[in-house]
Amino acid sequence: MRPDPAAIPPSAPAENLTDHLGMWAFLATEVLFFGGMFVAYTLYRSVYPEAFRFGAQTMEFGLGTINTAVLLTSSFLMACADRLLPTRRRAWTHACFAGTILLGVTFLAIKAFEYHSKVTHHLVPGPGFQNHSGVPTLQLFFVLYFAMTGLHAAHMVAGLGVITWVWRRYAKASDPAQAASPVAIGGLYWHFVDCVWVFLYPLFYLAGR
Amino acid sequence: MKILPKTDSAPSAGLAEPLAVFSALLALLAISASTTLLPPSAWKGPAGLLIAAAKAALIVTFFMRLRSARGLVRVFAAAGLFWLAILGALILADYLTRA
Repeated sequence: MRPDPAAIPPSAPAENLTDHLGMWAFLATEVLFFGGMFVAYTLYRSVYPEAFRFGAQTMEFGLGTINTAVLLTSSFLMACADRLLPTRRRAWTHACFAGTILLGVTFLAIKAFEYHSKVTHHLVPGPGFQNHSGVPTLQLFFVLYFAMTGLHAAHMVAGLGVITWVWRRYAKASDPAQAASPVAIGGLYWHFVDCVWVFLYPLFYLAGR
Repeated sequence: MKILPKTDSAPSAGLAEPLAVFSALLALLAISASTTLLPPSAWKGPAGLLIAAAKAALIVTFFMRLRSARGLVRVFAAAGLFWLAILGALILADYLTRA
Protein backbone atom coordinates (compact mmCIF):
# COMPACT_ATOMS: atom_id res chain seq x y z
CA MET A 1 0.00 0.00 0.00
CA ARG A 2 1.36 3.35 -1.00
CA PRO A 3 1.76 5.86 1.81
CA ASP A 4 -0.46 8.90 1.81
CA PRO A 5 1.81 11.81 0.75
CA ALA A 6 -0.12 14.17 3.02
CA ALA A 7 0.72 11.99 6.00
CA ILE A 8 4.45 12.23 5.41
CA PRO A 9 5.94 14.93 7.61
CA PRO A 10 7.64 17.50 5.36
CA SER A 11 11.38 17.71 5.53
CA ALA A 12 12.97 20.87 6.91
CA PRO A 13 14.17 22.20 3.51
CA ALA A 14 10.70 21.66 2.00
CA GLU A 15 9.08 23.56 4.90
CA ASN A 16 11.65 26.29 4.48
CA LEU A 17 10.90 26.63 0.76
CA THR A 18 7.16 26.71 1.43
CA ASP A 19 7.64 29.43 4.05
CA HIS A 20 9.68 31.54 1.67
CA LEU A 21 7.31 31.07 -1.27
CA GLY A 22 4.36 31.96 0.95
CA MET A 23 5.98 35.18 2.15
CA TRP A 24 7.12 36.21 -1.34
CA ALA A 25 3.57 35.59 -2.66
CA PHE A 26 2.24 37.80 0.16
CA LEU A 27 4.83 40.46 -0.64
CA ALA A 28 3.71 40.38 -4.30
CA THR A 29 0.21 41.37 -3.13
CA GLU A 30 1.81 44.09 -1.01
CA VAL A 31 3.68 45.40 -4.06
CA LEU A 32 0.32 45.79 -5.81
CA PHE A 33 -1.23 47.30 -2.66
CA PHE A 34 1.40 50.05 -2.50
CA GLY A 35 1.81 50.03 -6.27
CA GLY A 36 -1.69 51.38 -6.85
CA MET A 37 -0.78 54.37 -4.70
CA PHE A 38 2.53 54.91 -6.48
CA VAL A 39 0.67 54.89 -9.81
CA ALA A 40 -1.84 57.43 -8.39
CA TYR A 41 1.10 59.60 -7.29
CA THR A 42 2.70 59.42 -10.76
CA LEU A 43 -0.59 60.24 -12.43
CA TYR A 44 -1.49 63.25 -10.26
CA ARG A 45 2.04 64.58 -10.28
CA SER A 46 2.07 64.56 -14.09
CA VAL A 47 -1.27 66.38 -14.15
CA TYR A 48 -0.60 68.84 -11.26
CA PRO A 49 3.20 69.33 -11.15
CA GLU A 50 2.99 72.66 -9.28
CA ALA A 51 1.06 71.15 -6.36
CA PHE A 52 3.70 68.44 -5.91
CA ARG A 53 6.64 70.82 -6.28
CA PHE A 54 5.23 73.22 -3.71
CA GLY A 55 4.00 70.46 -1.39
CA ALA A 56 7.39 68.71 -1.34
CA GLN A 57 9.03 72.00 -0.34
CA THR A 58 6.95 72.03 2.86
CA MET A 59 8.43 68.65 3.90
CA GLU A 60 11.11 68.47 6.61
CA PHE A 61 13.95 67.32 4.34
CA GLY A 62 16.38 66.76 7.24
CA LEU A 63 13.96 64.59 9.18
CA GLY A 64 13.10 62.58 6.05
CA THR A 65 16.80 61.94 5.38
CA ILE A 66 17.49 60.97 9.03
CA ASN A 67 14.49 58.64 8.98
CA THR A 68 15.77 56.98 5.79
CA ALA A 69 19.14 56.37 7.48
CA VAL A 70 17.35 55.06 10.60
CA LEU A 71 15.33 52.57 8.57
CA LEU A 72 18.31 51.41 6.48
CA THR A 73 20.25 50.81 9.71
CA SER A 74 17.31 48.90 11.16
CA SER A 75 17.21 46.71 8.06
CA PHE A 76 20.96 46.16 8.32
CA LEU A 77 20.63 45.01 11.94
CA MET A 78 17.83 42.62 10.96
CA ALA A 79 20.08 41.16 8.24
CA CYS A 80 22.82 40.78 10.88
CA ALA A 81 20.42 38.97 13.24
CA ASP A 82 19.56 36.59 10.39
CA ARG A 83 23.25 35.93 9.64
CA LEU A 84 24.26 35.55 13.30
CA LEU A 85 21.38 33.21 14.15
CA PRO A 86 23.13 29.91 13.26
CA THR A 87 26.21 30.93 15.27
CA ARG A 88 26.62 30.70 19.02
CA ARG A 89 26.82 34.47 19.36
CA ARG A 90 23.47 34.75 21.06
CA ALA A 91 24.17 38.05 22.82
CA TRP A 92 25.01 39.72 19.51
CA THR A 93 21.94 38.23 17.86
CA HIS A 94 19.74 39.53 20.70
CA ALA A 95 21.39 42.95 20.39
CA CYS A 96 20.60 43.01 16.65
CA PHE A 97 16.93 42.21 17.29
CA ALA A 98 16.77 44.89 19.99
CA GLY A 99 18.46 47.44 17.70
CA THR A 100 16.08 46.61 14.84
CA ILE A 101 13.06 47.26 17.06
CA LEU A 102 14.55 50.35 18.73
CA LEU A 103 15.27 51.97 15.36
CA GLY A 104 11.80 51.02 14.08
CA VAL A 105 10.27 52.82 17.06
CA THR A 106 12.62 55.79 16.47
CA PHE A 107 11.40 56.00 12.87
CA LEU A 108 7.76 56.09 14.03
CA ALA A 109 8.54 58.73 16.67
CA ILE A 110 10.15 61.00 14.05
CA LYS A 111 7.20 60.37 11.72
CA ALA A 112 4.77 61.30 14.51
CA PHE A 113 6.70 64.54 15.08
CA GLU A 114 6.40 65.33 11.37
CA TYR A 115 2.65 64.62 11.40
CA HIS A 116 2.27 66.89 14.43
CA SER A 117 4.05 69.66 12.53
CA LYS A 118 1.61 69.26 9.63
CA VAL A 119 -1.33 69.43 12.05
CA THR A 120 -0.07 72.65 13.66
CA HIS A 121 0.45 74.20 10.20
CA HIS A 122 -3.10 73.19 9.16
CA LEU A 123 -1.81 71.03 6.31
CA VAL A 124 -4.01 68.01 7.04
CA PRO A 125 -6.54 67.51 4.21
CA GLY A 126 -10.09 68.35 5.25
CA PRO A 127 -12.21 71.35 6.27
CA GLY A 128 -9.37 72.85 8.35
CA PHE A 129 -6.81 72.79 5.52
CA GLN A 130 -5.20 76.21 5.04
CA ASN A 131 -3.72 76.81 1.61
CA HIS A 132 -1.56 79.93 1.40
CA SER A 133 0.37 78.75 -1.65
CA GLY A 134 -1.91 79.95 -4.41
CA VAL A 135 -1.78 76.41 -5.85
CA PRO A 136 -5.42 75.22 -5.74
CA THR A 137 -4.63 71.48 -5.90
CA LEU A 138 -2.09 71.51 -3.04
CA GLN A 139 -4.44 69.49 -0.84
CA LEU A 140 -4.16 66.57 -3.27
CA PHE A 141 -0.43 66.32 -2.52
CA PHE A 142 -1.16 66.03 1.20
CA VAL A 143 -3.90 63.45 0.62
CA LEU A 144 -1.28 61.23 -1.06
CA TYR A 145 1.37 62.13 1.54
CA PHE A 146 -0.78 61.05 4.48
CA ALA A 147 -2.23 58.03 2.65
CA MET A 148 1.13 56.65 1.50
CA THR A 149 3.26 57.45 4.56
CA GLY A 150 0.36 56.49 6.86
CA LEU A 151 0.00 53.13 5.15
CA HIS A 152 3.74 52.66 5.42
CA ALA A 153 3.66 53.58 9.13
CA ALA A 154 0.88 51.02 9.67
CA HIS A 155 3.13 48.41 8.05
CA MET A 156 5.95 49.50 10.35
CA VAL A 157 3.72 48.89 13.40
CA ALA A 158 2.80 45.45 12.03
CA GLY A 159 6.48 44.82 11.26
CA LEU A 160 7.48 45.67 14.83
CA GLY A 161 4.96 43.07 16.00
CA VAL A 162 6.43 40.50 13.60
CA ILE A 163 10.04 41.18 14.66
CA THR A 164 9.09 41.04 18.35
CA TRP A 165 7.39 37.69 17.73
CA VAL A 166 10.35 36.15 15.85
CA TRP A 167 12.74 37.49 18.50
CA ARG A 168 10.65 35.71 21.14
CA ARG A 169 10.74 32.51 19.05
CA TYR A 170 14.53 32.78 18.89
CA ALA A 171 14.84 33.50 22.61
CA LYS A 172 12.70 30.49 23.52
CA ALA A 173 14.35 28.04 21.09
CA SER A 174 16.81 25.63 22.64
CA ASP A 175 18.34 25.12 19.17
CA PRO A 176 18.67 28.34 17.08
CA ALA A 177 17.88 26.30 13.93
CA GLN A 178 14.27 26.02 15.16
CA ALA A 179 13.89 29.79 14.80
CA ALA A 180 15.81 30.15 11.52
CA SER A 181 12.80 30.05 9.21
CA PRO A 182 10.56 32.44 11.23
CA VAL A 183 13.43 34.92 11.56
CA ALA A 184 14.18 34.78 7.82
CA ILE A 185 10.49 35.19 6.93
CA GLY A 186 9.96 38.02 9.44
CA GLY A 187 13.08 39.67 8.05
CA LEU A 188 11.69 39.53 4.51
CA TYR A 189 8.66 41.54 5.64
CA TRP A 190 10.81 44.09 7.50
CA HIS A 191 13.13 44.59 4.52
CA PHE A 192 10.14 44.99 2.19
CA VAL A 193 8.73 47.79 4.36
CA ASP A 194 12.19 49.39 4.21
CA CYS A 195 12.12 49.17 0.37
CA VAL A 196 8.77 51.00 0.26
CA TRP A 197 10.22 53.89 2.27
CA VAL A 198 13.28 54.01 0.01
CA PHE A 199 10.89 55.06 -2.81
CA LEU A 200 8.72 57.35 -0.64
CA TYR A 201 11.80 59.39 0.33
CA PRO A 202 12.60 60.86 -3.15
CA LEU A 203 8.91 61.22 -4.05
CA PHE A 204 7.97 63.31 -1.02
CA TYR A 205 11.20 64.83 0.30
CA LEU A 206 13.34 65.41 -2.79
CA ALA A 207 10.70 66.46 -5.33
CA GLY A 208 11.04 70.13 -6.18
CA ARG A 209 14.40 70.58 -4.43
CA MET B 1 14.88 35.57 26.99
CA LYS B 2 17.75 33.32 27.91
CA ILE B 3 20.57 34.49 30.11
CA LEU B 4 23.37 35.49 27.80
CA PRO B 5 26.47 33.32 27.94
CA LYS B 6 29.64 35.02 29.06
CA THR B 7 31.60 33.30 26.33
CA ASP B 8 30.06 35.42 23.56
CA SER B 9 32.70 36.82 21.27
CA ALA B 10 32.47 39.76 18.92
CA PRO B 11 30.85 38.89 15.59
CA SER B 12 32.99 38.93 12.50
CA ALA B 13 32.38 36.04 10.08
CA GLY B 14 29.23 36.28 7.98
CA LEU B 15 28.71 39.99 8.53
CA ALA B 16 31.12 41.27 5.89
CA GLU B 17 28.45 41.17 3.17
CA PRO B 18 25.67 42.95 5.15
CA LEU B 19 28.23 45.56 6.27
CA ALA B 20 29.36 46.22 2.68
CA VAL B 21 25.73 46.49 1.50
CA PHE B 22 24.88 48.81 4.39
CA SER B 23 27.84 51.07 3.52
CA ALA B 24 26.68 51.19 -0.10
CA LEU B 25 23.13 52.03 1.02
CA LEU B 26 24.35 54.94 3.16
CA ALA B 27 26.58 56.18 0.33
CA LEU B 28 23.59 56.12 -2.06
CA LEU B 29 21.50 58.01 0.52
CA ALA B 30 24.25 60.63 0.82
CA ILE B 31 24.36 61.03 -2.98
CA SER B 32 20.58 61.28 -3.12
CA ALA B 33 20.42 63.90 -0.35
CA SER B 34 23.28 65.93 -1.79
CA THR B 35 21.45 66.38 -5.12
CA THR B 36 19.35 68.99 -3.28
CA LEU B 37 22.46 71.21 -3.25
CA LEU B 38 22.56 71.25 -7.05
CA PRO B 39 20.62 73.82 -9.08
CA PRO B 40 17.12 72.76 -10.26
CA SER B 41 17.17 70.30 -13.15
CA ALA B 42 14.70 68.01 -14.88
CA TRP B 43 17.13 65.13 -14.26
CA LYS B 44 16.97 65.31 -10.46
CA GLY B 45 13.60 63.51 -10.23
CA PRO B 46 14.58 60.51 -12.37
CA ALA B 47 18.02 60.43 -10.70
CA GLY B 48 16.39 60.24 -7.24
CA LEU B 49 14.21 57.34 -8.37
CA LEU B 50 17.15 55.59 -10.02
CA ILE B 51 19.12 55.80 -6.76
CA ALA B 52 16.04 54.51 -4.88
CA ALA B 53 15.84 51.57 -7.31
CA ALA B 54 19.54 50.83 -6.72
CA LYS B 55 18.98 50.87 -2.94
CA ALA B 56 15.96 48.57 -3.25
CA ALA B 57 17.92 46.22 -5.52
CA LEU B 58 20.69 45.96 -2.91
CA ILE B 59 18.18 45.27 -0.12
CA VAL B 60 16.29 42.65 -2.13
CA THR B 61 19.40 40.93 -3.50
CA PHE B 62 21.45 40.73 -0.31
CA PHE B 63 19.36 41.47 2.81
CA MET B 64 16.42 39.46 1.43
CA ARG B 65 18.84 36.83 0.08
CA LEU B 66 17.36 36.71 -3.41
CA ARG B 67 20.85 36.21 -4.81
CA SER B 68 21.12 32.78 -3.21
CA ALA B 69 17.39 31.93 -3.49
CA ARG B 70 15.98 29.15 -5.66
CA GLY B 71 14.68 30.00 -9.11
CA LEU B 72 11.07 29.49 -8.04
CA VAL B 73 11.45 32.00 -5.19
CA ARG B 74 12.89 34.52 -7.65
CA VAL B 75 9.92 33.98 -9.97
CA PHE B 76 7.54 34.73 -7.07
CA ALA B 77 9.54 37.87 -6.26
CA ALA B 78 9.49 39.05 -9.88
CA ALA B 79 5.76 38.36 -10.31
CA GLY B 80 4.67 41.28 -8.13
CA LEU B 81 6.83 43.72 -10.06
CA PHE B 82 5.59 42.31 -13.37
CA TRP B 83 1.93 42.78 -12.35
CA LEU B 84 2.73 46.28 -11.10
CA ALA B 85 4.35 47.10 -14.45
CA ILE B 86 1.16 46.02 -16.26
CA LEU B 87 -1.02 48.04 -13.86
CA GLY B 88 1.13 51.15 -14.21
CA ALA B 89 1.68 50.95 -17.94
CA LEU B 90 -1.98 50.50 -18.85
CA ILE B 91 -3.25 53.23 -16.50
CA LEU B 92 -0.58 55.77 -17.44
CA ALA B 93 -0.92 54.96 -21.16
CA ASP B 94 -4.36 56.59 -21.05
CA TYR B 95 -3.33 59.81 -19.30
CA LEU B 96 0.06 60.29 -20.92
CA THR B 97 -1.24 59.85 -24.49
CA ARG B 98 -4.14 62.30 -24.18
CA ALA B 99 -3.78 65.21 -26.56
